[in-house]
Parts: sequence; structure tokens; C-alpha cells
Amino acid sequence: MIEIRQLVKQYGDKTAVDGLDFTVKPGVVTGFLGPNGAGKSTTMRLIVGLDAPTTGSATVNGRAYASYRAPLREVGALLEARSVHPGRSASSHLRALAATHGIGRRRVQEVIELTGLSSVARQRAGKFSLGMGQRLGIAAALLGDPETLMLDEPVNGLDPEGVLWVRTLLKGLAAEGRTVFVSSHLISEMAQTATNLIVIGRGKLLADTTVNQLTAQDGGQSATVTSSDPARLRQLLAGPAVTVTGAPGSDALRVTGLSARQIGTAAAQAGIAVYELTPQTASLEQAFMDLTGEHVEFRSVHPAGTAGPAERSAA
Amino acid sequence: MNAATAAPAAAPHSRPSSRLTGRRVLASEWIKLWSVRSYWMTGALAVIFLIAFGLVAAASYSPASTQNLGSDSVSLALGGMYLVLLTVGVLGVLVTAGEYGTGSIRSTMTAVPRRLPVLWSKAVVTGAVALVLGAVSAVISYAGGEGLLRGGIALPLTASGVLRSLMLAAAAMALIVIMGVGLGSLVRSVGGAIAILAVLLLLLPALADLLPTGLRNDISPYLLGNAANSMFSLHQSAGALNPWAGSGVAAAWTAAALAAAAYRLIRTDV
Repeated sequence: MIEIRQLVKQYGDKTAVDGLDFTVKPGVVTGFLGPNGAGKSTTMRLIVGLDAPTTGSATVNGRAYASYRAPLREVGALLEARSVHPGRSASSHLRALAATHGIGRRRVQEVIELTGLSSVARQRAGKFSLGMGQRLGIAAALLGDPETLMLDEPVNGLDPEGVLWVRTLLKGLAAEGRTVFVSSHLISEMAQTATNLIVIGRGKLLADTTVNQLTAQDGGQSATVTSSDPARLRQLLAGPAVTVTGAPGSDALRVTGLSARQIGTAAAQAGIAVYELTPQTASLEQAFMDLTGEHVEFRSVHPAGTAGPAERSAA
Repeated sequence: MNAATAAPAAAPHSRPSSRLTGRRVLASEWIKLWSVRSYWMTGALAVIFLIAFGLVAAASYSPASTQNLGSDSVSLALGGMYLVLLTVGVLGVLVTAGEYGTGSIRSTMTAVPRRLPVLWSKAVVTGAVALVLGAVSAVISYAGGEGLLRGGIALPLTASGVLRSLMLAAAAMALIVIMGVGLGSLVRSVGGAIAILAVLLLLLPALADLLPTGLRNDISPYLLGNAANSMFSLHQSAGALNPWAGSGVAAAWTAAALAAAAYRLIRTDV
């Protein structure tokens, strides 16, 4: 379990993490979503103590990560793929990390085999492709057989086979009762791996939800209907929680707040012929865009990267 | 033992007493030192410089040459020490600043989130290696040079002060490699740390020579380069510290760099 409480991190006058507050529960994969630069990596660095919070706290199973006597047993982290000396072989890198905790060569060999690095383990890590680098990072995260796995963009640069492997691995680890926290800027990837979702933008929490809820919220109760009498149908369907929109000159209406079944029943009772009735299952992607839309809009008004300097020149 | 009994059923592997200890961090840093080619090649370079300079100086020694004025058998054998010290200093810098440059510091500090054991271990491992390699190569340089020396300045290894000078040369190498470890960890940039090291070892002593005599005599002996040099001189030049005082001053410089590095390490983000 990872607990983030009122977490704030400022670098100079830039606030990377702005009052985050959420809990990552064991037993399921929790996706950590947000556009690039939302503060995901910073949050993960704060959890393992590479950065110190400005205020607030990030704890793992109730304690600060650094306070554990066997930190690698507690949290396995893949932060950035390039966290390896390029001149050192994969197996030496893993052996050196394992040595800090007295983890034996057998476990090192195990994670090398598990991540499919056996054939390249003696090569210098600097020669690795991005995908192989990711596998090495995952191997390092698994070394201590930790209760909590925290991976920053683990599928970056992996081939389709590797992506599938990571997905299966993460679900398996979660099924064993571990806490699995995975960041991504791709909602489609999370949809296939995660159960719970933490969505952030500009360092702020946008949603603490589940994949199912997020899909339902946006598209579960909406449909398009084409009928013989759209004007009368519009009146029939009107209600406090219902919005009906239609383009002028078109027979099609878009209805939110009612299910396709309810719309069909209402039309039948009024004797209106329905030509077409399509329930809208808005994609998770749409839901994600809606959630982070504000953020994106903000960015498009001020061209990328001007927020900081603008503040400074105003001061 | 609480941890063992409270371990959740989720853990499929047995968990022997695998926790973080200082000795294990030391073992990890030992593996790291020998698993990067540029590290041990820099160390090997220092050994080669020390022995080669010593042998060449001994072989080309001629009592009549003005170049050899004031030379003794020890100063000839240790003639390459300026270069040797700079080289081991670079090794120290690579071991710490190199981790920041490559990003491997993130792996290191995630495994050892208390951070300071990493700095101490790097200092101990590199210092011990420099001490042993330095002692062996200084003796080889001296003993090898002995056979080549002509002109009656040869002294046996057992002569008064000879062994002390050779061993303190090794100690100087150990102090400077640790100095490099401290500087590299402090400034987190290989280039920057090497520049500072070169200024301390070579540039400041040279600049001090330009000072008015009185001021120079007060400052010059305490500069890192000069203090280190006085550690392994058989006969002190005028105004220089004696070997033990020189050792103390050089150790103080190293301790200061290490302390500054430790302060930054625990106070700032990785």
C-alpha cells in the first residue's frame, strides 16, 4: 500500500506536485495516468525518497521508504530506463544492487531469466536497445521480490511481445496480493492492465477511480437515435438529468442520461418509428481527454513552456 | 524476527536475512569498482605512471646533470607522483560523479535510500585499492630503479626514511582518490570535479609561488598539492611541512571535501 498525503513538491518556483492525496491498494494493478509533465515521475521519485517532499508525505505500508531495513524488499522501482552505468554489464549491475541487501546470485540469475535477458546479461548495458533497457530495469525492480512494485512507463520501447509480457507480469504480481503502481501517458495501455486509476494533471489529482467507472461515467448512459419525428421525441425524452442535442436538418439526436433501451421504449410507446438506435460506449480515451482537457486547453492558449518564464517576467 | 512472521503469504520466495547493511554496501561498491572498464583502466594507468616514471628517471640519472640537482633515490622513484595523484583523483571523481552523469545514481540511491553509506563505501573501497596498489608500485619503482642508478645516490630500501616515504606516497594516493570521490559527489559533474581537482593539486601551488615570499611561506605549505608532496619527500625542501604534518594537512583537505559531499548528499535531491 502506497499512501500519498497532501504531497507537494516545488522546484524553485515551479510546482511539480501540487497537493496530491491518494492511496494505492494492494491486490490490483493501479494505473497512474496523466499527460507528459503532469508530475507522475516526480511523485514516484518522492515515494522512494530520491526527492524530498516540500510538504506532505509519501509512505509505503505506513512508513517512509528510507526507514526500512531492507528497502529493496519493500519496493521495487523502475524509474527511468537509463538508471544504469552504460559501461557495466547487465549482470554486474544486478549483482551490485543485490549485494547491498545480501541477495544471492541465484536470485540475480532468476530475474535475468524471468526478464529474458539471459543471452545479453554479459553485455554492457550501454549497448542495449530501449526495450532491453526496460527489461533490465524491470529485472532490477524484481530483485528484492518486493511487496510493492512501482514502474514508470514500463512498456516504453517494448515490442508487442514485450508489452504483453509486462501486462501479464503485472497482473500476476497483483494477483499475488502485491501493490502494483504503473504510470503511463497512454490510457489505452492502462485500460488493458489496470483496475484502479489515478489521473493527474499539472501536479493535481484529477480522478481517483477505476477503469470501469471512468468508462461508465462518460459513455454508459448515452445513445444516438434517428427517428421519424425527432422534434416530438426530443420533448418526450426531456428530463432533469437528460440532455438531447441534434443537428438542424438531421433526424439524428444525441441523448445523454438515458440508455438505448429507455429511448427505444419511449419511442415505441409514442408510436414513433426508430430507424437507428446506437448506444454510445465512449472510449476510455475520450473520458481521459475530457478529464485532462482543461490542462490541454491551458497549454494550447499559452504555447508550450511559456508558463514559467511568463510568471517570472511578470514578477 | 517480526518481519519474518508477518511476511504476507504473497511472498513466494524464502526471505533469508537479506537486509541492507554497511558491509553489504561496501561489497556492492567493490563489485561496481571492478565492473566498469574505465575505472580499473584509470587505476592501472596510475600504477604504470608511477613505475614507468621511476624507472626512466633512475635509468637516465646522471650526477652531472643540472636536471638532477638535489635529487635523491626516493624523489627519482616517485618522480611521476604529480601525474599519479591527478590520475587517482580522476578515478575517484569517476566513481561518484560518473554515477550522476550516467543516471545509475538513481538505482544506487533507491537501493540505499539513506545515501551516506554509499559515499563512505566508495571512499573506503577506492582508498583501500589506491593504498595497496600505491604501496606495491612504489616499492617496485624504487627497487627497480635501485638496480639502474649510477652515481652513488642509491640507498637500500631499509635505509632510514625510504620505506616511510614510499608508504606515505601510497597514503597520499589514497587521500587523493578519496578527495576525488568527495569532489565528484559534491559537484556531480565529472568535468567540473576534475577541474577543481587540477586547480587544488597543480594550479594553486604554482600560483602560490608568485606570491611575495613572506605570504608564500605562510600559505604555500598548506596547499593540497604541496602538503601531499611533503608526505613522500625523503628530504624536505625549505619551508615544506614534515611528512607527518603534510599527511595531516592533506587528510584535512580530504575530510573537508568528504564532509561537504556528505552534507550535499543528505540535504539535496538526487
